[in-house]
Amino acid sequence: MLLTITTTHAPATDLGYLLVKHPDRVHTVTTSVGTAHVFFPAAEEHRCTAALLLEVAPEKLAGLRGGDHFALGRYVNDRPYAATSLLAVALAKAYSSALRGVSKDRPELAATAIPLEIGVPALPGHPLVERLFGPLGWDVTVRPVPLAPESWGDSRYGTVTLRGTHRLADALNHLYVLLPVLDGGKHYWVGPDEVDKLIRAGTGWLATHPDRALITDRYLAHQRAFTRTANRLLDDDPDLLDPDRPAGDQLDAPPADTPDPVVRLGERRRDAVLAALADTGASRVLDLGCGSGVLLGALAADPRYTEVVGADVSASALAAAERRLERLADRQRARITLRQTALTYADARLTGYDAAVLMEVVEHVDESRLPALARAVFGSARPGAVVVTTPNVEYNVRYPALAAGTMRHTDHRFEWTRAEFADWATRVAESYGYTVVFRPVGDEDPEVGAPTQLALFTRVEGVAA
Amino acid sequence: MTEIAVPDLALVALVGVSGSGKSTFARTHFRPTQVLSSDAFRAMVADDENDQSASAAAFDALHHVAGLRLRAGRLTVVDATNTQRYARAELVRVAREHDVLPVAIVLDLPEQVCAERTEARSDRHVSRRVLRRQRDELRRGLRGLRREGFRKVYVLSTPEEVDAAVVTYEKQYNDRRELTGPFDIVGDVHGCRAELESLLTGLGWRIDRDADGAAVGASHPAGRTAVFVGDLVDRGPDTPGVLRLVMGMVAAGTALSVCGNHEQKLARKLAGRDVTVRHGLETTLAQFEKLDPVAVQGFHEFCDGLVSHYVLDGGRLVVAHAGLKEEYQGRSSARVRSFCLYGETTGETDEYGLPVRYPWAADYRGDATVVYGHTPVPEPEWLNDTLCVDTGCVFGGSLTALRYPEREIVSVPAERVWYEPVRPLAPPPREDDLLDVADVTGRRRIDTGYGAVTVGAEESAAALEVLSRFAVDPRLLPWLPPTMAPCSTSTVDGYLEYPTEAFEDYRKAGVTRVVCEEKHMGSRAVVLVGRDDDAFPVPGPGALYTRTGRSFFTDGTGEALLRRVRAAAAGLFEELSTRWLLLDAELLPWSAKAGQLIRDEYAPVAAAAGAALPAALSTVDAAVARGLDLGALRDRLAARAASAAAYAEVYQRYSWPTDGLTGLRLAPFAVLASEGASHAGRDHGWQLDRADRLAAADPELIASTRRIVVDTTDPDSVRAGTDWWLALTAAGGEGMVVKPYHGLSTPDGGRQGQPGIKCRGREYLRIIYGPDYTEPATLARLRDRKLGRKRSLAWREHVLGLAALDRLAAGAPLYRVHEVVAAILACESEPVDPRL
Repeated sequence: MLLTITTTHAPATDLGYLLVKHPDRVHTVTTSVGTAHVFFPAAEEHRCTAALLLEVAPEKLAGLRGGDHFALGRYVNDRPYAATSLLAVALAKAYSSALRGVSKDRPELAATAIPLEIGVPALPGHPLVERLFGPLGWDVTVRPVPLAPESWGDSRYGTVTLRGTHRLADALNHLYVLLPVLDGGKHYWVGPDEVDKLIRAGTGWLATHPDRALITDRYLAHQRAFTRTANRLLDDDPDLLDPDRPAGDQLDAPPADTPDPVVRLGERRRDAVLAALADTGASRVLDLGCGSGVLLGALAADPRYTEVVGADVSASALAAAERRLERLADRQRARITLRQTALTYADARLTGYDAAVLMEVVEHVDESRLPALARAVFGSARPGAVVVTTPNVEYNVRYPALAAGTMRHTDHRFEWTRAEFADWATRVAESYGYTVVFRPVGDEDPEVGAPTQLALFTRVEGVAA
Repeated sequence: MTEIAVPDLALVALVGVSGSGKSTFARTHFRPTQVLSSDAFRAMVADDENDQSASAAAFDALHHVAGLRLRAGRLTVVDATNTQRYARAELVRVAREHDVLPVAIVLDLPEQVCAERTEARSDRHVSRRVLRRQRDELRRGLRGLRREGFRKVYVLSTPEEVDAAVVTYEKQYNDRRELTGPFDIVGDVHGCRAELESLLTGLGWRIDRDADGAAVGASHPAGRTAVFVGDLVDRGPDTPGVLRLVMGMVAAGTALSVCGNHEQKLARKLAGRDVTVRHGLETTLAQFEKLDPVAVQGFHEFCDGLVSHYVLDGGRLVVAHAGLKEEYQGRSSARVRSFCLYGETTGETDEYGLPVRYPWAADYRGDATVVYGHTPVPEPEWLNDTLCVDTGCVFGGSLTALRYPEREIVSVPAERVWYEPVRPLAPPPREDDLLDVADVTGRRRIDTGYGAVTVGAEESAAALEVLSRFAVDPRLLPWLPPTMAPCSTSTVDGYLEYPTEAFEDYRKAGVTRVVCEEKHMGSRAVVLVGRDDDAFPVPGPGALYTRTGRSFFTDGTGEALLRRVRAAAAGLFEELSTRWLLLDAELLPWSAKAGQLIRDEYAPVAAAAGAALPAALSTVDAAVARGLDLGALRDRLAARAASAAAYAEVYQRYSWPTDGLTGLRLAPFAVLASEGASHAGRDHGWQLDRADRLAAADPELIASTRRIVVDTTDPDSVRAGTDWWLALTAAGGEGMVVKPYHGLSTPDGGRQGQPGIKCRGREYLRIIYGPDYTEPATLARLRDRKLGRKRSLAWREHVLGLAALDRLAAGAPLYRVHEVVAAILACESEPVDPRL
C-alpha cells in the first residue's frame, strides 16, 4: 500500500511538476476502495521522493474479489498492506497525466529518461520481480520478507527497490501492469476493456518482453479469449522483432512444442478403456467416478451404448459434465444420465447394467475403504463386466518431474505396483464371482511396465456374490 | 338399516349411474378429504368438471392421488360412476398395488329416480340414452364384482335404503396396536412341547394342566402376553400337545399366534386339499391319527383362523412368521400373506433344492421392530431392528423367546435332535455394513427425539462428498460435534464479545447455573477409543477425527495418541463397564491440523503488514519532519501497526512445532458415550471430573480444562465469571464456552437455550475479524451482526448429535446412526457467516 518514487535528476523537485503534485502539500485522491495520499517525504534539489500511500477502508475489504479460498479470507488478507492491483488503480488515478506522459509544465522532462528509484516495501511474488522488471532495464534489489516465526522461511513478499533511468511515464506503466501481475490476481472483475488498458499501458515494452505470455495471461486473469486478443494486438506492435517467439506461459505451463506425455497417456487410457468395454459387448454401461465426463462424450458418440450412466460424488464435477454434454445432439444426450452417488455406498439405481468403468478412480479412495467400494460395485451394483484403471507406481521413476516417492496427483491416496493391483483385483474377482484379466496401457517399459494398468473383470454367471 | 362395514384402510369405490346420489352419499358418510371425485379432478386438469375429453387425464391424476393416500395408510373413497368394468379394474389395481382391500358400494337406484335428479340439475345435462347405457353396464357388472377383486360389495337399491345406510369401520385382523405387552415372543416350536413348557416356565409362566397332567394353557403373574411366530406344528414329537397348550393360551387371551407356513399347509391338508406330505407334515399326520376327530377338527379351525401378522404396541412391534417389510405392515393382500408365511425369495433354489431367500432384513428401514422365525439361525442377532428367534429347536438347536420391550433373549436347549435338517443352519443375517446411498441423500426429515430436523438435498449431497471421500470409516464415525454460536454482541467499549452477554443470554433462557469452560485454541477433536484393538468392527484402537469426520493424521500418530488415551482411561473403562469411549475434545496446537492454513494464509498477512506499515510510518515521519500535516494519518498507521503486531502474536501463540506425539496435547471435556449409554444427560461437573482424571493419568499428553461455575442471576457471581474471563484472555486464552451446568441434553428435552455459547477474547478475534477489527468505526459496524441463523444451526446440529448418541447407546443399526451423522455434516454446509 506504499510506493515511493525518487529521482536525483536536478532539479529533483521537478518531480512535483511531472506528477502534478506540489511537494509541500498533502494530496488526497479517493478510490473505490479507500483513500490514496500523495506526499513528499523528501523534496530537495538533488533528491526528491513522492510517496503514494493507499489506505484501504476496512468496510470495503470484504467486498473485494479474491480471498475465497479459505473461509475467513475476506476478512484476514493482505490487501491493506501489500502492493497489489488496489495500488495500481490508485497510481493510475493519482498520477493520471504522468502515466500518459503528459506534462503541462515540464513537457521535455516528461519525454526524457531520468534516474529513478522505486521503493515498494511489500511487493508480492518476489521470485518473479527480477524476471519481470529486469528485462525492462531496471536494476532490481529484493529483500525477502520472512514469515513469523522465521523458521517458516520467507513469505511471498519482498521489500523491493528498482533503480533505472526511464521516462517517468514508462516507469509508471511498468508498475501499473506488473503490480497486479506479480500479485497473481485482481480485486475486480476482469472484462474486455482490460485488454485495451493492457495494450495502452504496455505500449513500447510489453510486445518484446520475454515473459509477455505470462504477463498477459495473469493480467487478464487467465481468460483465454482476452489473452488471444491481446496477443494479436501486441503482434502488431512495430517494436516486435521476432514474431516467431514461442507463445505459452513459460512459468505456469510447459512450452507448447514438447508434447505433454500426460495428455497423451490420458487419450491412450481412454482408448484402452473403450476397447475393453467394446470387448465385453455391453450396451448399458456405468461410468463410475465419471468426473467432468471425459469418457462420457466418447460413450455417447458410440451408438452401441444405448444407455450410459455417469456417476460421481462431486456435485461440481457433475455440473461440469452436464456442461460438457450440452454440446451433444439431443439423441446422444438422451442416452446419458448423470447421477450423484458415492462408491462406498450401495446404490440400487446402479444395479442391472452390462458393464461399469472405474477409470482412475480407485486410487482416490482411502485404501481402508476399498472393501466397501468392492462390495458396492461388485457385490451390489454387480454389472456383467467391470473395467478398472489405475496408475502403475513402478513407472513413476520414468517421470523426471516427479520427485521420488511422490504420487502423480495430490489426491491419490495410494498408487499400486503391478503386483499390488493384481493381488487386489484377483481377491475381488474371487470374492464376488468374477474372472479378471490385465492389460497394460501406454508404452510398456521392459523394466517398470506400462504407465497405466487396466483390469477387465467379467462376471461368472450362476455364481452368487 | 344396512350396515356398511368398511375396513379402516381400504379403497372404497362408489358405483352408480349419474344422478344415483354418489356425491351426496360420500358427503354424508365420509370426510371431504377422503373423497376423490372424478368431477373435481376433471375441474383440476381442465377447468371444467363436465369436460369429458379431460377424463383420461383426470383419472390419471385421481389414481395417482389415491395411490399416494393408500401408501400413507389413508382410507380413500372414489366418487365416480365406475359403471364400466375397466374403470373398476383400475381401482382394484391401485388397491392391490398398496395391499389394501377394495370395497364396492353400489347405488343401484331406479332409472326414473336418477333421471329426475339429473334433469333437476342446471349445471349438467345427461341424456336418457347415456343414463340407460350406464345402467346397463352397471347391471351387467353387478354380479361379477367379487370376481373382479372387490372383497366386500354392498348394494343399495332404493332411496330409502340409501338414507338408512350406516357406515361402520372395522379394524383389520392384524391391527392389535392397542396391545402394549409386555410380550414374550417365542420362536418356531415345531411340536417341541417339552422345550416349550420349560421355556415358558423359565420365563415365569404358570402352566395350567388338565386332569391327565397335559398342558392346556398358561398365564404369567406379571400379565405378560406370549406371541408365537408360527410353525407350532410338524416335525417335532408332540404337535398335538403344543397346539393344545397354545390354543388354550390364545383362548384365554394370554397369547397370540401368527400363522406359519406349516400351519397353512396343515390346514389345507386337513381341508382335504392336495398337498405333498413332507417336511414334517407326515409326523403331524401320524400323531393326529391316534386322536379324536373332534380334537383334530379343533386344530384345523385354529390353524385356519391364524392371521398372517400382528401389528402391536402402538405400531412399534410387528410379528410375522417369516418377517415383513415396512410397506406390507398392517396391510392385507395375498402377497402380504405370502411374504409373512414364506418371506421373500430370489426365485432361485440352492444346492439342497430349497428356495434361496432374499435378505429383506438387510434392506429394512422401518420404524417398527420386526420379530420373526421361519429360518433357523444358530444365534438370534439384531439386524436393522429385526430379529429372527427361530433357533432350530426341532433340529437340535434351542427354543428362543424375546422379552419385549426388555429386548432380552432367553433360550432353552433342545432335548435332542428331533428331525434331521435338510440343510445346515444358516448363518444369521448379518448387519450389512455397506451403507445405502439412499439413507444419506435427498431432502430428509429426521426425528431426533428432541424435535424433527430437515436437511436439504443439496446440503446432503455436499455432505456425501465429504463422507465418502475424506471421512473415516462410517463404523468409526458415530457422532460429529455441532457448531456453536457466540454470545449476543456486546456494547462494552472495545469488545465485540463480552461474558456478561453470555450470562444474560442464559438468564433470559431461564438457565441459572452455568459452567464456564476455558476454550482451548486448537482443533476440535472427537476421540473414539477402544479398550483393546478388537472393540470395533474395524480392527485398531478407534479413531481420532476432526469436526468434519476426517482423520487428523495419516502417519500413525493418531493410533499412538489413541493408545495413550486408552491407557489413561483405564479407570473410566472400568467405571462405565465399557469396551469403548467417545470423547469430545480439543487437540492442540492449532498448527497440528491447521499448519498449512496458518503458513499460507495467516502468516503472510502479518509478513506484509510487518514490511509495509513500519516503512509507511517512517515515510510519513519524514514528511511530517518537513512540516507536512500528516499527524492523523500517522496515528492511524501506528494503530494499524500495533493491531498487526497483536495479530501476529495471536496466531503464533497457537502454533508450535510437534513431532509425532511430542508437543501434542489433548484437552477432553466431555465423555459423550460408552457401550450402551449416552452421557449427554450427565452434568458438566461429572464430565469435567472425568476429564480431570484423564489429565491426571497422563499429564504430558492430556490437558485439563479450567472452569468456573456462575449463577446468572447473581451479580457477584457474574462479576466473578467476567473477571475470570478477562484474566484468561489477557493471558492469551482464546476465550470460554458457557454451558448449562446440568448437561448437554435438557432434562425435559425442551428447547432451553443453546447447549453452549462461546465468548471469545478480544485479541483472539483479530484472527477472525481481521487485525484491525478493534478500530472503533469498524467495531461499531461489526456489532450489527446477525446471530439467528447460527443459533438455529447450532441447535439443529446439537439435537442431531444427541440423536446420534441415543441411537448409538440403543445399539441401533449402523445406518440409523450414520444418517444422523450425515445430517450434521449436511447442516455444516449451510451458508453462515464464517466469523461467528
